[in-house]
Amino acid sequence: MQEFAFPSPSVVADRLRERRYLADDRIAQVVFLADRLGKPILVEGPAGVGKTELAKSLAGVLERRLVRLQCYEGLDESKALYEWNYKKQLLRIQADDGRPWNELEADIFSDEFLLTRPLLEAILAPEPVVLLIDEIDRVEVETEALLLEVLSEFQVTIPELGTLQAASVPLVVLTSNNTRELSEALKRRCLFLHLDYPSADREREILLTKVPGLEAALADEIAKLVRSIRSLPLKKAPSISESIDWARTLLALGVRTVDSATIEDTAHVLLKYQADIDKVLADL
Amino acid sequence: MFFEVLTGFITELRLAGVPVSMVESIDAMRAVEHVSLRDRSALKAALGATLVKNVRDAEAFEVAFEVYFAYDRTIPDGGDPATSPESAPSPPMSASLQGMVGDALRAGDTDLLRALARLAVSRYAGMEPGRPVGGLYYVYRTLRAIDLDALAAEAVEAGLTQLEERLLREEIDARLEEFRREVEAEVRRRLVADRGREAVAETLRRTPLLDRDLMHATRAELEAVERAIRPLTRRLTARLARKRKLHSRGRLDFRKTMRSSLATGGVPVEPRFRRLRPSKPDVVLLCDVSGSMATFARFMLQFVYAMSTQFSRIRAYAFIDGIDEVTSYFGPGVDFETAMRRLGDEARVVAFDGHSDYGHALERFWEVRGLTPKTTVIVTGDARTNYRDPRPEVLAGIAEEAKAVYWLNPEPKRFWNTGDSVIRVYEPYCRDVVEVRTLRQLESFVEEVI
Ligand SMILES: Nc1ncnc2c1ncn2[C@@H]1O[C@H](COP(=O)(O)OP(=O)(O)OP(=O)(O)O)[C@@H](O)[C@H]1O
Ligand SMILES: [Mg+2]
Repeated sequence: MQEFAFPSPSVVADRLRERRYLADDRIAQVVFLADRLGKPILVEGPAGVGKTELAKSLAGVLERRLVRLQCYEGLDESKALYEWNYKKQLLRIQADDGRPWNELEADIFSDEFLLTRPLLEAILAPEPVVLLIDEIDRVEVETEALLLEVLSEFQVTIPELGTLQAASVPLVVLTSNNTRELSEALKRRCLFLHLDYPSADREREILLTKVPGLEAALADEIAKLVRSIRSLPLKKAPSISESIDWARTLLALGVRTVDSATIEDTAHVLLKYQADIDKVLADL
Repeated sequence: MFFEVLTGFITELRLAGVPVSMVESIDAMRAVEHVSLRDRSALKAALGATLVKNVRDAEAFEVAFEVYFAYDRTIPDGGDPATSPESAPSPPMSASLQGMVGDALRAGDTDLLRALARLAVSRYAGMEPGRPVGGLYYVYRTLRAIDLDALAAEAVEAGLTQLEERLLREEIDARLEEFRREVEAEVRRRLVADRGREAVAETLRRTPLLDRDLMHATRAELEAVERAIRPLTRRLTARLARKRKLHSRGRLDFRKTMRSSLATGGVPVEPRFRRLRPSKPDVVLLCDVSGSMATFARFMLQFVYAMSTQFSRIRAYAFIDGIDEVTSYFGPGVDFETAMRRLGDEARVVAFDGHSDYGHALERFWEVRGLTPKTTVIVTGDARTNYRDPRPEVLAGIAEEAKAVYWLNPEPKRFWNTGDSVIRVYEPYCRDVVEVRTLRQLESFVEEVI
């Protein structure tokens, strides 16, 4: 009997809510399916809509360790998968001068000299983990190939050691800001979840869970204002984290209802470019 | 039965241009085993996550899903007891449907609004079985019977500050949009019940956004296309930057390699390469902004300026029968809409009667040209010059001074050189004359030329 983490999607949503992450139906469904089918989730969407936070919250809910691979341009096998500790190998070779090579070789290419990197670490963990592969779109498309074996077979092949099979199946979350097309091969292996800015109702709920002491009426006003601001053609639309920051600021200032003067004083919390601030002030 | 619907659905997705692989369709079948088939939103999430891996295809998925997995229920003539508003919690009821919609709108009761939308369809759409009318017709008939604009105006209370009024308006618009969507969905459901899924899917199948003809798009479509420009250019920029970086690594630098090999006892372990200076193109845009060409010019300008980091310099000219430089309108940090408004209000693009005159426009450009062998000139327009002298020799001169001239023609190729289109006389002086009617064609042109 295989064990599943969640009996139903609504339990996913409830447990995430306990961790103060508000999942809509679709998020809960996709997480539920990822667990049932043992497939990675590819979460795509603009900055600050809760992609990374979803993985972190899931680790919390499942009481699993979060293993994170932060991607960047130039990331390679030795940083993503594993690396041989060649200094240590050299020392061993020097210390054992005189032993036949084939003996020595078997010795220095063993676990002891293997430096595990996040992907291998997730595979070898005795307890299942949550593996977060963050901002996958930052690596070159060729580097994606490194992930394919891990994502579909949950195994890693090391020429000197053979194939290492996962001791436990990790829950894998990949995130992408969609700065480039990911390869078809990668996408085929994943369940796809596009996150966008939330509806005003959901954003209000997020604000209320994240900002203790915030009045419902003010949260509602903020959510609607942020929606309105997002509809303008801006360089960078405010993300959820920015609307949370804004709510905190307004709360700290003791604001009860938002007027143009308040917006003018606090717009820099919400918007990162002066041109955007000017545009919003001119428009509202 | 369900299996057949699912395969039909997948076929429909493919027909609508969504690339669904074999593996993915198997995944979808595995996924639906874990959801209750009566739970539509669960089913939708499961199919969406397994079959659609690109937001671009979300719209096609929505439509196909609505058609293939509409609520299974028989639709009686006239009223619709199963979902009539009586079953919803009732606020004080107005006498007319119009009034009821207004009440629900003010109360923010979206469930009730949706139920009323279904009722409106059964009452006003006048759908007759077997009539070969498209869904839009019925949507139109339904919405005509209810004055949504008036309702929106009524719902905005008096005595609000400007800001409050704006937020309320947007809230109401969002709810009305939901009402409209439900009307469309209900019409679709009824059409499916009448004609079957495949027939309805076929009439609703739409060209993907990237492939939509910019010249014949509706306003809503154009807005959607504009929204697609930014992510598209962002990706293209990233791709080009990466390409440039790869190419910046030039030939092996033998001297440097040997010099650095001294550190490793003369063994050249690390090859050194000559750095190439990656050159960014200097472009001049000449955009026909007359009549229907204006739409295309707008896309061109938006696209190019969204990618301005990829050019060493951009200059833009707008023309009809006169020509004017508009570069300064698009300075850094200037909002695109403001720039376009200035282009419309201030640019002197009309010299005589406001009918395109390519020959005259080119001639005036020639006087101020400022071209170098590094300049790429891109002309956008249909080369319909109202039977006036096209002055191809002027373009020949431009081509000689510049690095290259490209011509983007937003007309379908089969109309080129018909009527007053004189594209053929310019062709010999262009590195390439390209048909660009869609965002995808524009993207691949920019990618190739840069
Ligand atoms: N559904 C949600 N419920 C509660 N909080 C949320 C939710 N979505 C986003 N947040 C808040 O927004 C913040 C930003 O989210 P996160 O860092 O996960 O964004 P991201 O999508 O990974 O963005 P980036 O692309 O910039 O990495 C989180 O710290 C969290 O507080
Ligand atoms: Mg993140």
